[in-house]
Amino acid sequence: MRAPALVAAAALVVILAAACGSSNKSSSSTTTAASSCTPDQLTLVKKGQLTVATDNPAFPPWFGGGSPKGSTWKFNDPTTGKGYESAVAYAVAKKLGFQRSAVKWVVVPFEQLFKPGKAAYDFDINQVSVTPQREQSVTFSASYYNTNQALVAIKGTPITKAKTLADLKKYKLGAQIGTTSYDYIVKNIKPDKQPAVYNNSNDVNSGLKTHAIDGIVVDLPTAFIITGAEEVPNSVVVGRFPAIGGGDHFGMVFAKGNDLVTCVNKALSELKANGTLNQLQDKWISSVGAAPVLK
Amino acid sequence: MSVGADPGRRSRILGDLKGSGQGSVWIALASTLVFAAIVVAVVVTSPGWPAVKKAFFNREIFVDSFPEIARAFLLNIRIFLIAEAVILVFALLIAVLRGLPGPIFFPIRALAVIYTDLFRGVPTILVIYILGFGAPALQLSWLERFTPLFWGIVSLVLVYSAYVAEVYRAGIESVHQSQEAAARSLGLSRPQTLRFVIIPQAVRRVIPPLLNDFIGLQKDTALVALIGPIEAFRQSQIDVAATFNYTPYLCTALLFVLLTIPLARLTDWLIARDRRRQLAGAA
Repeated sequence: MRAPALVAAAALVVILAAACGSSNKSSSSTTTAASSCTPDQLTLVKKGQLTVATDNPAFPPWFGGGSPKGSTWKFNDPTTGKGYESAVAYAVAKKLGFQRSAVKWVVVPFEQLFKPGKAAYDFDINQVSVTPQREQSVTFSASYYNTNQALVAIKGTPITKAKTLADLKKYKLGAQIGTTSYDYIVKNIKPDKQPAVYNNSNDVNSGLKTHAIDGIVVDLPTAFIITGAEEVPNSVVVGRFPAIGGGDHFGMVFAKGNDLVTCVNKALSELKANGTLNQLQDKWISSVGAAPVLK
Repeated sequence: MSVGADPGRRSRILGDLKGSGQGSVWIALASTLVFAAIVVAVVVTSPGWPAVKKAFFNREIFVDSFPEIARAFLLNIRIFLIAEAVILVFALLIAVLRGLPGPIFFPIRALAVIYTDLFRGVPTILVIYILGFGAPALQLSWLERFTPLFWGIVSLVLVYSAYVAEVYRAGIESVHQSQEAAARSLGLSRPQTLRFVIIPQAVRRVIPPLLNDFIGLQKDTALVALIGPIEAFRQSQIDVAATFNYTPYLCTALLFVLLTIPLARLTDWLIARDRRRQLAGAA
């Protein structure tokens, strides 16, 4: 009976060796930049249509226009073209030569963005910050929005008197999972109390409402929505944080190595040059009220 | 009497290897290896394996995230130990209340039934959400000092006490009527009978299912993360989001398995010991 065992063990070793060898030679295909960026030249998930992903619910100011009757989208329906990210997606689609009706929106939760295997989307637009670590798993477009982090708290609470990052050390802060806001707390504020982390922005708001946390760290446009739309009643933007390490750059997410990114980047740089991106920002992202810089 | 000694009914995986010679050990070893080779071959030769390997089994990310996740895992252990101690007492109380005799105790029995039905029916995740965000929203000043962690533990205690109370009840009901009759005829009062005769026998019988529920409890400590605290699962989620790689989840899974295996083996050992004792008593 010794022989079969040895054969099996040998087979195991051979198979493992083969598997290890094969993992090196993948992804060596050169990214041949498509010479012309027209819908029939592009490699798409579904031929003839641009499949754009984001998460549901679609939060303002990134998405707007509400959710029409019968729509499966919560808060806002991206197909309305309203809200900054929806508007940018349609502007890029137009530059690439897609009809409005050829843009299809799909729901892809954050954690599925980077799963291995075939992607279900051409690109995702959902306030994803570009970081070098993430770039090892996905491909990012050039930035379509740069922002800073900000602090939201309840009016009149002690934390609203904070002037510097050091003043914030003694408070309990909260952020959403998967955001660079959390990174900012841990790396730059370094509070004495462990920050609270929530699944989505609704839960973060609940944390502040129930006084489980003293303040929310979130990107500045969202901070103004929380206070302006009374998502948390009686809340105020205490201030914006200095951009340590260059601030946040939102990029569209592509499956690793997808060469569609070159065409999208070309479209984005044209939209930047002709002022469209700035116009859309002015239109959809208001920064009403002052937000002093916390030093 | 020989039913209990039938080796076919035993759950020990190595049981039938012992005492049947060298040959059977080798057969078991060879078939295990062939089976493992087939599984590995199918997985490793699949077209998506290189991508899966990179996304789930990244050594560098594993080494990076493991210490952080292990530290966060201490919180899981803390939650588990506190909740378990409270559940053991609270659930026994519920079970005893449910067994109170006579029409006068009907409201208490009914409450105990409603409690177990309700908390076995509502998903744990919802109890945590409702208590974690709901209770502090009442803005009662005496509630304010409690942290989300406290509400998370309360939720786990409420849910698991409902299960454990039912386990206790099954144990209490399995003690034969004659035991109570005998105790009463010796002059023990009803509470004394419960305390010195019924419950000691009942608890001994339900230790294995009790431990089984606690294995479930260990895993559900991860749900407390929903309302803010950073335990092992949340820490791994943070690392996954930062790296866009799923390997940190593997760290957490590993830690949970390492925690539950000793408890599972203890359960097996207790069952085996119990069977030995019962057989000894019957002989």
